[in-house]
Amino acid sequence: MADWINTILQGILTGGLYALLAAGLSLAFGVMRVINIAHGDFAVLAGFIAIALNQWLGLTPVESLLVAMPLMAALGYVLQRFVLNRALGNDVMRPLMITFGFSIIIQNLLLQGFSADSRSLYAGSFSTASFQFGGQIAAGYLPLTMMLSAVVILAGLQQIFSRTMLGRAFRAASDDPEIVRLMGVDNRHVYGIAMGLALAMVAVAGVFLVMQTTVAPTDGPVHLLYAFESVIIGGLGSLWGTLLGGVILGVAQALGDKFDPGIGTLVGHLTFLFVLAVKPNGLFPKTKDR
Amino acid sequence: MSLLHTDHLQAFYGDFQALYGITLTVEEGETVALIGANGAGKSTFLKALTGLVKHGGGAVHFAGESIGRLQAHQILARGIALVPEGRRLFPSLSVEENLLMGGYAKRPGPWTVKRVYALFPALEPHAKRPGTALSGGQQQMVAIGRALMSNPRLLLCDELSLGLAPIIIRDIYAALPAIKQEGTSVMVVEQDTSQALKVSDRVYCFQEGRVSLTGRPADLTRAQIAQAYFGV
Amino acid sequence: MRAKLLSPKAFQIYGLALLVVLMVVAASQPWWARRYTEQWTTEFLYTLALAQAWNLLAGYGGLLSVGQQAFIGVGAYMVVALGLLAGWNPFLTIPVAGLVCVVLAIPMAALLFRLKGANFAVGTWVAAEVLRLLVSNIDAVNGGSGISITPTLIGMPIWWRMSETLWIALALGVGGMAMVYGLLRTRLGLALTAVRDSEPAAASLGVSVSRMKWAVYLVAALWAGMTGALIFITKLRVAPDAAFSIDWMTTTFFVTVIGGIGTVEGPLIGTAVFFALRALLADYGSWYLIALGLVAIIFMLFIPQGIAGVLKTLTGSNLFPTQRHAPKVAS
Repeated sequence: MADWINTILQGILTGGLYALLAAGLSLAFGVMRVINIAHGDFAVLAGFIAIALNQWLGLTPVESLLVAMPLMAALGYVLQRFVLNRALGNDVMRPLMITFGFSIIIQNLLLQGFSADSRSLYAGSFSTASFQFGGQIAAGYLPLTMMLSAVVILAGLQQIFSRTMLGRAFRAASDDPEIVRLMGVDNRHVYGIAMGLALAMVAVAGVFLVMQTTVAPTDGPVHLLYAFESVIIGGLGSLWGTLLGGVILGVAQALGDKFDPGIGTLVGHLTFLFVLAVKPNGLFPKTKDR
Repeated sequence: MSLLHTDHLQAFYGDFQALYGITLTVEEGETVALIGANGAGKSTFLKALTGLVKHGGGAVHFAGESIGRLQAHQILARGIALVPEGRRLFPSLSVEENLLMGGYAKRPGPWTVKRVYALFPALEPHAKRPGTALSGGQQQMVAIGRALMSNPRLLLCDELSLGLAPIIIRDIYAALPAIKQEGTSVMVVEQDTSQALKVSDRVYCFQEGRVSLTGRPADLTRAQIAQAYFGV
Repeated sequence: MRAKLLSPKAFQIYGLALLVVLMVVAASQPWWARRYTEQWTTEFLYTLALAQAWNLLAGYGGLLSVGQQAFIGVGAYMVVALGLLAGWNPFLTIPVAGLVCVVLAIPMAALLFRLKGANFAVGTWVAAEVLRLLVSNIDAVNGGSGISITPTLIGMPIWWRMSETLWIALALGVGGMAMVYGLLRTRLGLALTAVRDSEPAAASLGVSVSRMKWAVYLVAALWAGMTGALIFITKLRVAPDAAFSIDWMTTTFFVTVIGGIGTVEGPLIGTAVFFALRALLADYGSWYLIALGLVAIIFMLFIPQGIAGVLKTLTGSNLFPTQRHAPKVAS
């Protein structure tokens, strides 16, 4: 019994990581209507930046994260402002193909710089120690931290969206990219900020990822799919729905692996397809298709 | 010096020329009406002024500065605001947030959310509702308020009366004096000619992308206007 | 109007003549070319076939699939199931593989069409991953480690095997072009272009948008399935990771985007450019792929109409005039 509870608990906490990944994807999609195919690759890139900082400069994992986050945010702003913004419009293919190009470039740069080996970021006892709830039920400090960070970051994002001028500009730009410019909004800049924020969140997810498990340069797409599934399960545009989507995916994977090690990912995908079949707009639909 | 002066302004949609050299002025404190049939280029002209449509030639001067090459958000920052055709409120923003969005550029001036509510008392009870949940007339008020929130020197209004009942149109136009009192110049685009003639100091009639007639409403005859409007 | 390099008519005549010559050169290769050349031509042609199917799907049907490897993989595994396990002649499995993919595509489309635009794209990728993982768990085909199909080819003379492979590749590649061209000249094609240019406008003209999308999705699945079967007959070994690999899509995107999406000749031009670049740069490993990524991004940013589009502005015509002018954005 405790065994199953632990499995489910572990799945729930992994959902925090997926939600972190998903929130960035969802933000970029919500504001720019662009699905960043390279989203998972950016997470892996952030993880590898943290590994490099840790191994080459001797930074602690936390310090690495603090460096990786602004780096990724700046990269996001630059790529959006100077590359993706040029391809925005009614045609979704151009941004999609461009981010696909990013994906190939990031993967191969990482292969060039780090070889094809899987790597992880060693975070000492923090990665392995766990908190005992009693009755043989326990959860690792790292997964607990991941979930906590996800909740804090999503809550922060929620506040930005509902209370700040920037958040209103995000929503307005999503509603009507033409009229928002008449409000004095430089939408190219606002899109840059949105992508910067998205990649800052991705950086957090990526650093957690390499702390939790080993990651290879070509692992990005898998994480894109997990993030995407969390978003769709939760319902496009709903932040807390996204967290729940991540949790559902995490639990499905954990239970799948419990039945038969190696089929967790498949069970996760099937859960996504099931939700798509019965609730095509996700469990907590919010925004409409434009 | 005029507040706004366009000199042979042209605009294109792809290969299609929508404006063939519009020369027009708006003086400080003036209300100017643009009239003309559907497709005469009135809305395109407003879009060209506000930077939503790129110019294909000619010049635009606003308060002595050439603004022809500026981006939409830079033009707003100079003090030109547009109430777009069809209101175009942000559906995921509440009434109040729509108004706040209008103040994004933080141009100094008299307009605040409170003053917009004072101008249009019908809006305040709906502050927290989505803008698009309101009646057409109320949505138009939000759209005007949103534009005012940027404290414009020149307010452009595109088809304020479109799809609204006459009594509501009257209510909306009743707000015009209070707006002008703040020193704002106004340019209204109307298909409803009588409404336009009533509120404006001067009229420009557009026909197929050109100005076909201009003058003070009192100086123009119905026949002249019909000629300029329909080209018959 | 700027001066044209060639008159439209001359461009079309020269282009078609060149194409016929190339086809004859390709088809006669078993009698004069070296094995290496023959293999190269086969690969060229199946790359063209994949690109053409995706071009129909994305360029004309507006269905941005990132998951056609689902059908490539299923096609490949039909060679295993029917050729290796049931003992069929592997070449006979090719049409059946295509049909199986069509049948499989029906429930997939029913599910994936619930996603719009870019979401549809990622959804198709998930579907392909599901199939990869399912196949990886089938012990009869050796699970994730893959299986050799060499036994199906034992007893077949190598000349005959290679010739047959080449001709089928030719049928799929050039046939793919002919199929797209032919399809676009029918009523369905007109409807498709209408849907692509403006979905609401097409719907208001009485075109069933959803029927168009179904038709295109199924035809693309058929083509990818047959091509997948053929590809893995040439590779002699089928493993889930290779058969359901996203790399097939990477090549396909590159070829179609560079050549000119939404034109019949675009994929052909793109395939030629792709093979030229590969010959020049393949020794550089990762840097070669990085270069491909950069070239694709540059095309999407500055030449979204592709090389076929550039040729069109130079000559005033497409080699295969089916493409409609993009609608002018008026608001």
